[in-house]
Amino acid sequence: MAKLKDLAQMEDRLVAGHGMCLGCGIPLIFKIILRATEDPLIIANATGCLEVCTTIFPRTAWNVSWIHSAFENAASTIAGVEAMYKALKNKGKIPADKKIKFLGVGGDGGTYDIGLQALSGAVERGHEFVYVCYDNNVYANTGGQRSSATPLGASATTAPSGSKSPGKIQGRKDLAQIMVAHKIPYVAQASPHRWQDLYNKAKKAFEAVGPAFLNVLCLCPTEWKYDESKGIKLAQLAADTCVWPLYEVENGRYKINYKPKQKKPVLEWLESQGRFRHLFKEENAWIIEKIQQDVDRDWEWLTRLAEISSRP
Amino acid sequence: MKKETWTELAIGALNLQAGNSVSNLTGTWRSGRKPEFIEDNCIQCFFCWLYCPHFAVRVEEGKVTGFNYDYCTGCGLCAEECPTKEKAIVMVKEETKIIEEGKK
Amino acid sequence: MKAVKILNGNQTIAEAARQINPDVVAAYPITPSTAIVETIAQFKADGMISSEFVCPESEHSAMSVCIGAAAAGGRVMTATSSQGLALMWEMLYIAAGLRLPVVAAIVNRALSAPINIHGDHSDTMGARDSGWIQIYSENCQEAYDNFIQAFRIGEHLDVRTPVLVGLDGFIISHSAEPVLIEDDREVRSFIGEFKPVFPLLDTSRKITVGPIDFTDYYFEHKRSQIEGIENSPRVIEEVGREYGQKFGRFYGFFEEYRMDDAETAIVVMSSAAGTGKDAIDELRSEGLRIGLLKPRVFRPFPHEKIAEALKKIKAVAVLDRASSPGAFGAPLFTEIRSALYDYGQRPKIVNYVYGLGGRDINVEHFKEVAAKLQKIAETGKVEEMLGYLNLRE
Ligand SMILES: Cc1ncc(C[n+]2csc(CCOP(=O)(O)OP(=O)(O)O)c2C)c(N)n1
Ligand code: SF4
Ligand code: SF4
Ligand code: SF4
Ligand SMILES: [Mg+2]
Repeated sequence: MAKLKDLAQMEDRLVAGHGMCLGCGIPLIFKIILRATEDPLIIANATGCLEVCTTIFPRTAWNVSWIHSAFENAASTIAGVEAMYKALKNKGKIPADKKIKFLGVGGDGGTYDIGLQALSGAVERGHEFVYVCYDNNVYANTGGQRSSATPLGASATTAPSGSKSPGKIQGRKDLAQIMVAHKIPYVAQASPHRWQDLYNKAKKAFEAVGPAFLNVLCLCPTEWKYDESKGIKLAQLAADTCVWPLYEVENGRYKINYKPKQKKPVLEWLESQGRFRHLFKEENAWIIEKIQQDVDRDWEWLTRLAEISSRP
Repeated sequence: MKKETWTELAIGALNLQAGNSVSNLTGTWRSGRKPEFIEDNCIQCFFCWLYCPHFAVRVEEGKVTGFNYDYCTGCGLCAEECPTKEKAIVMVKEETKIIEEGKK
Repeated sequence: MKAVKILNGNQTIAEAARQINPDVVAAYPITPSTAIVETIAQFKADGMISSEFVCPESEHSAMSVCIGAAAAGGRVMTATSSQGLALMWEMLYIAAGLRLPVVAAIVNRALSAPINIHGDHSDTMGARDSGWIQIYSENCQEAYDNFIQAFRIGEHLDVRTPVLVGLDGFIISHSAEPVLIEDDREVRSFIGEFKPVFPLLDTSRKITVGPIDFTDYYFEHKRSQIEGIENSPRVIEEVGREYGQKFGRFYGFFEEYRMDDAETAIVVMSSAAGTGKDAIDELRSEGLRIGLLKPRVFRPFPHEKIAEALKKIKAVAVLDRASSPGAFGAPLFTEIRSALYDYGQRPKIVNYVYGLGGRDINVEHFKEVAAKLQKIAETGKVEEMLGYLNLRE
C-alpha cells in the first residue's frame, strides 16, 4: 500500500507556481494521479482551468510531456500520440521495451459536453490510454456556465436562478455509465478526499489493457461558492450524501468503494454551497425533494448493480 | 523576465522549460492569513502536503517541516485537514504585504 | 519499378501514400475522397504498409489525431473533402500554429448548403488563411507529383508547416487516366527520413506543447509561424527542381501556357486548366494572341512572380471555382488584382466564377471569356468586373 510519506518524496510532475485558485481541487487530484505510474507519461489536456492556469507562456507548471490542442479533443489528440508511439515501435524507431503511458485530461465541459464524441470514438477504437475527467460541475474557466454535469437546481451563469427560475432544471448526465456502456476494462468514480482510493484507481487505470476512464469530483470554491478551506469536508459530504458515489467497474463488474454508514440528507450538501442558496426559498422546495429522490434512485440502482456483480 | 522577440522563440508554440512556473510566486496572493507549523504537535501524516493546492508544504528528508511561503496562498486547507487534537497547523493573521516589484 | 498505371485521382493519392508509408494515417470517409481512405485501409489490411491507420469518428478528430501524432514526432497524412475539411477548420489553424507538417489530400468539393458532392474549390478556399500551404493539381499525374513533394516541402526544417494538395472532386478523383507511378524505392529516397523536432515521444525532454499566450506573446508566436510559410517559396522551388531532375517532371509556382506573345490571358487553376489549354489552342488557331496561366501554389501566393508574368498583358480574366460573397471578387482574383497594384503598367482584369457544385466548364465558356477579353483589350473598358460562367440567368 502506498504511503503518503513516500508519495511526497516523488518528483512532482505538476509543480508550484501554477495559477489555479485558492483552495482549488484540481491540483489535489493530479498530485495523486500523476504519481500512480512511474513510467514516462504524455498528457493531452483539454482547454479549461487546468490547461490555462498551468501554461501561461512563458511559464509552464508541467514537468512532464504535455500537449494542448483544443477544448473538445483531448481524447483524439492523445489517441494520435499513442498511434504514433505504436507506429514508431512497429517500425523499430522506438526501442521495443520503452514504455510510455498516455493520459487524456479534461474538465466536465471538455468531457461530458463538447468532447464526448471524441472520447467515445477514442475509447471505442481501443487506444491504450487513461482519460481523467475532473468534474467540477461547471465551465469554471469561462466563468461558471452550465454543463451537462451541473446538478439540478444549481445556479450557473447560463442557467441562472431568478424570480422565475430555480437554476438548472435538468439533472446531471451520468458520464461514468456512458463510459461503462463502451465496455472498456476500467471505469471508476473517485474523489480527492479519499486519496488511497483515488491512487488505487489511477493505478488500475494505468495498468488496464485498453482504455480506462476516471471521473473525479473536483472542488471549485470559486464557482460552488464556499469557504475554500472547507473543500475536503465537502468532498466527504458528497460521498456521505451519495451525491458523488465512489465506485469502480472492472470488466463490467461494479464495486462500491465507499458506503456511508448513515446516508446523510442532500440538504446538508445543498446548504454548504452558495450555488444552491436560492433553493431554500419556499417555491423551490420541490427541487430539493426532487434532488433527494434522484440521489436515492441512483444510489439504489448502483447498489443493485454492485450486488448483481458480486454474484459468482 | 526579458521577453523574447519572435525570432528567439522555439518554433511551434512550445515551452521547453519544464516546470519553470516555480518563478511565479503565488505566495504574493496571500491576503491576511497564513498557516503556522507547530512541529511538536505534528504526527507526520502528510495530509497537509496532500491537500495543499499550491505545493507549499515543505518536505525535507521525509518529514513535513513547515511551509514555503513563496507559494502558500493562505487558503487554509492544510490547517482544516490537519488531524491532530492539538493542531499542528494554525492559521494566523498576517499583514498584507506590498508585492515586491521584480519578484514575479 | 516505375510503371504507367491507369488510375483515378483517389487511387493515385492512395498509391503515393503506399509508397510514402507515413507513420500515421488518420482519415474519415466523405465523397469524393472516400476511396483514398478505403484504399489505404486495404493496403494496411493486406500488409502493404506499416502505417498506423486510424479511422476516427469525425474529421475533427481525424485532424486532432494527426496533430497528436505529428507532435509525437512522425510523418502523418489525412484526406478529406468539403464538409470534412470544414469540420476540421478549427484544427487546421492549430496544426499550422504548432508547426506540424501534416500533409492532407483534399479532393475539392462544394460546401453545403445546398449539399452537393461535386467539385469546386469552396472548401480549400475557406481554409486559405489557416496557415497551410496549398498546392492544386490539374490531373492525376500532378496530384501524384504534388502529393509526394508536399512531404518534402512541409517537413523542411525552415518550413515546418502543414500542406494540403487539392485535386478536383470527380473530375480528377474519379476519372481514370494513365499515371506514371515512380519506383517505390526512388520515391522513398526522394522523401527521406522524417526528422522530428521536439517530439513528445522523447520523454526525456519534457516539453509543453500548445501553451496559452496572453497579449504579450501571441503576436510573437504568430509572427514566428508566418516565417515558416514565408520560407517556403525557396523550398517549393528547390523541391520542384529536384523532383524534376529525379523524375523528369519539373514544377514551379504556376504553369504558363502559350503566354509568350499573349495580349490577353486567362488564369485558372486545377482541372479546368486542361480544358482551358484546349480552348487556347483553338483560339490561337483562330488567330487570337491569348495564353493561359495555371497557378499551382495558392499559399504562399506567388504574387511577385505572377504579377511579372501578367504585367504586360492587356486584359486578364481570372476564373475562380469558388465565390467569396460580399468580397471584391473571388479569392484568386483578389490575390492577382492586388499583386498587380504596384505596377505602373498593368492589365485590365476581370473575374469569372465558374463551376460551383461541379457545373461544367467547356471550351465554349473559355471562348466566351476570350471574346470578352478581346473587347476589353481593344476598348480598354471593363463593363462588368465580376461575371458567372455557364449560369442560367
Ligand atoms: C470550441 C470551443 N468552444 C468554447 C470554448 C470556450 N471555453 C474554453 S474552456 C471552456 C469551459 C471549460 O469547462 P470545463 O471543461 O468544465 O473545464 P473547467 O474550466 O471547469 O476546468 C469553454 C466554454 C473553446 N475554447 N473552444
Ligand atoms: S475556477 Fe474553480 S476549478 Fe478553476 S481554478 Fe478556480 S477553483 Fe479551480
Ligand atoms: S494555506 Fe493553503 S496554500 Fe498555504 S500551505 Fe496551507 S494548503 Fe497550502
Ligand atoms: S497535517 Fe498536521 S499532523 Fe499531518 S503532517 Fe501536516 S502538520 Fe503534521
Ligand atoms: Mg468544469
